[in-house]
Amino acid sequence: MRGGQGAARAPVIQFTNCRILRGGALLREDLWVRGGRILDPEKLFFEERRVADEQRDCGGCILAPGFIDVQINGGFGVDFSQASEDVGSGVALVARRILSHGVTSFCPTLVTSPLEVYHKVLPQIPVKSGGPHGAGVLGVHLEGPFISREKRGAHPEAHLRSFEADAFQDVLATYGGLDNVRIVTLAPELGHSQEVIRALTALGICVSLGHSVADLGTAEEAVQSGATFITHLFNAMLPFHHRDPGIVGLLTSDRLPAGRHIFYGMIADGIHTNPAALRIAHRAHPKGLVLVTDAVPALGLGNGRHTLGQQEVEVDGLTAYVAGCSVESALEAASLHPAQLLGLEKRKGTLDFGADADFVVLDDSLHVRATYISGELVWQVEEARP
Amino acid sequence: MRRIRWTRRGLLCAGVYIRVLRLRATRAGWGRSGLLGVGCFSCSSVGRASGSTGLNLSWKLCVTIMRLVILDNYDLASEWAAKYICNRIIQFRPGQDRYFTLGLPTGSTPLGCYKKLIEYHKNGDLSFKYVKTFNMDEYVGLPRNHPESYHSYMWNNFFKHIDIDPNNAHILDGNATDLQAECDAFEKKIKEAGGIDLFVGGIGPDGHIAFNEPGSSLVSRTRLKTLAMDTILANAKYFDGDLSKVPTMALTVGVGTVMDAREVMILITGAHKAFALYKAIEEGVNHMWTVSAFQQHPRTIFVCDEDATLELRVKTVKYFKGLMHVHNKLVDPLYSMKEGN
Repeated sequence: MRGGQGAARAPVIQFTNCRILRGGALLREDLWVRGGRILDPEKLFFEERRVADEQRDCGGCILAPGFIDVQINGGFGVDFSQASEDVGSGVALVARRILSHGVTSFCPTLVTSPLEVYHKVLPQIPVKSGGPHGAGVLGVHLEGPFISREKRGAHPEAHLRSFEADAFQDVLATYGGLDNVRIVTLAPELGHSQEVIRALTALGICVSLGHSVADLGTAEEAVQSGATFITHLFNAMLPFHHRDPGIVGLLTSDRLPAGRHIFYGMIADGIHTNPAALRIAHRAHPKGLVLVTDAVPALGLGNGRHTLGQQEVEVDGLTAYVAGCSVESALEAASLHPAQLLGLEKRKGTLDFGADADFVVLDDSLHVRATYISGELVWQVEEARP
Repeated sequence: MRRIRWTRRGLLCAGVYIRVLRLRATRAGWGRSGLLGVGCFSCSSVGRASGSTGLNLSWKLCVTIMRLVILDNYDLASEWAAKYICNRIIQFRPGQDRYFTLGLPTGSTPLGCYKKLIEYHKNGDLSFKYVKTFNMDEYVGLPRNHPESYHSYMWNNFFKHIDIDPNNAHILDGNATDLQAECDAFEKKIKEAGGIDLFVGGIGPDGHIAFNEPGSSLVSRTRLKTLAMDTILANAKYFDGDLSKVPTMALTVGVGTVMDAREVMILITGAHKAFALYKAIEEGVNHMWTVSAFQQHPRTIFVCDEDATLELRVKTVKYFKGLMHVHNKLVDPLYSMKEGN
C-alpha cells in the first residue's frame, strides 16, 4: 500500500549508518520510509511529533535508488519476443531474478517480430508494480520493426517494416494496440516517420532513435517532433563523422527544443562500446547517460550474475573506465536518468521525499547487498544479515 | 572547607567576591524553592543555610555568581560549554516526572557545542529523553522547512542526532496566524514546564541576546521584533548575501524571559564579538547592549575564546584566566549516564 489514508498509521522505518544518494551526492544521512514512500523526517518531527518505530543499521553501506533498466530482451532462458501462451510467467521470472542485481523497475523489450507475436505477447505484459514477487514493469519497449535494413543488427530482416501512407494506422495494425507500450525505437529516416513520432509522443509514449542510418538533420527533426531517446548509442547507427555526426551529434546539437536534452542508452560493458568512446559521450553530455543491459535470453544462464552483472560491470566499468565519472554519476545513470526519460522522476529513480521507496543497498564496490521495493525487503545477499 | 568572612565589599570566599543581593523570592534562584543558598566558587556546590556546606549561616541569601570562562580557541570553548551542559543535566538526575529544561540558541557560535553534545549522546553518556528544550527565536514568514529557518537548523544540527521526544522540543512558530498569541503560549509552556533550568544563548555583534535588539526593554517577554540592520547584515551570509532575502521580523524570547531562567550561559567566540562582550560585562547595564542585563542575573556564565576577549581590560582577562582551575572543576570529572547514575 502506498500513500493514502492508512499511510499515516504505517510504521516508520529509519535506515541508519548509511550514505544516501541525494541531489547528485552521497550524503551521510538516514533514510526514512513509511507506507512505501520516502518520508521527510523533519516534517514527521515537527508536525506529527513522532519518532521512528524501527531502526535498521545499514553497516555503512550506500543506499541508491533502485536501478531502472529500459532495454532488456529477456534473461535466464526467457525471451520476451517469443509468442508463448504464458508470457506472464516468463516476465515474472525475469522480474524476480533481476532483483538480485538491484533492478527495481524495467521495460521488457521486444525485438523485431512478426505481427502475430506482437498481437499475442503485448496484451500479456501489463504495467505492474514491483514487490517481493519481482521488479516493477513500467511498460514494454518495442525495438522495431520500423528500423533500417542496413543497421538491423541481430533483428530478423524478414520482419522489418517501413511506414505505409497512413503511417500511424500502420503502427497500430502492426502492434495490435499500444496499451502497454512505453518506448518505441524506430529509424527516423523512414518515410512518414515524423508524423508517427508526433502521434506516439502525443500518446505519452517515449520515442527512441536507433537501428538507423539517419544524418544529424533528420535526427534533429525527429527530436523536434518529440523523440527523446537514442537506443544503444554508437551501435546500429552511422559512426560519428566530423562533417555529419549523425545521431551521435544529438548529444551536442544546438537545434533541440529549448529546455530539453536527449537521453542516450549505453551498454557500458566495455564490449559493445570502447571505453574511450563511452567517455567521449559521457563528457559531452553527462546528464543524458542511461545505462541499459540490452540483455538477451541466454544471459543469466550458467553465470547468474551476468545479466545485470553487466549492469554491475557497467557501473563498475563506468567508474573504472570513465575517469572523472564519480560513483554518484554512475548511480544516477542507472536510476535517475531512466526515470527522467520516462517522466517518472518524482516517484522513481530518486530518494527524494515522497518518492516510492525503491532502493538498493550497495557496498563500496557497488555490489548489491539488498533490494527494497516500496520499503519492503525483496532480496538480500545470502549471508545472514542482522 | 573554606570559611566565609565579611569584608567591606561583601563576602569574600577563597578570594572570590560574592555580591549579596536582596532576596527575590519570586525570581528563580537556585533550587525550585528559589532561595536559601550560598554558592561558593571554589567549593562549586550549592549549600543550604542549614549547613550542608558546613557553614553556619542563619540568614537567607541570594548570591550572584558571574563566571567568565576563557578558553584558548573555539573548539575548546565549545567543548567546555558542552561538558558543562552535560554535567548539569546528569547531576540534575532527570526522570519521568522530572524534566531538565534547557533554553537553546542558533547561529554559528553554538555549532561546535551541539556537535560535542551529539558526540556524548552517541557514546551513550548523555540522553535527552527527559530533557525539554525551548529555542530562543524563529524568523517570521519563513516556511518551516526553509533551509535557513531555525526549525531546520535545530533539526539538522541537533534534534535528528539525539533521542529527544518531539513533544518536548519547543520552537516558536513564525507562521502562526496570531503571532502574539503564539508568543504568549510559548511563555505559558515554559511556565508549565517549571521554568528553565539552564538557558544557553549567544550574543550578537550589537550586543543583543536572542533578537532583543538595541533598545529592547530589559524586562521584555516573548514577542514579535523587527530586526536591526546589524542583525540583517550579519544574517545575510545565510541567504546568499542577498539582503532582500533575509527576513525582517522574528519572534523572540524577551530579556525578562531569559532572566527568569535559573541559570544562564552565554557563548561568545570570535573577534567580531569582542566589542559586544566588552559592553556586556565591563560597562553598565544598558538596554542598547541587552546582554548586559545578565549582570543582574543570579547565576551567569560567559564562555569565550581568546579572540572574544580582545576588547576587555587585561586585568579582567588575567583575573578570570587565573580562575580556570576553579572553572574546570565544573567540567572535570565529566559525568556519564552509563553507570546508571
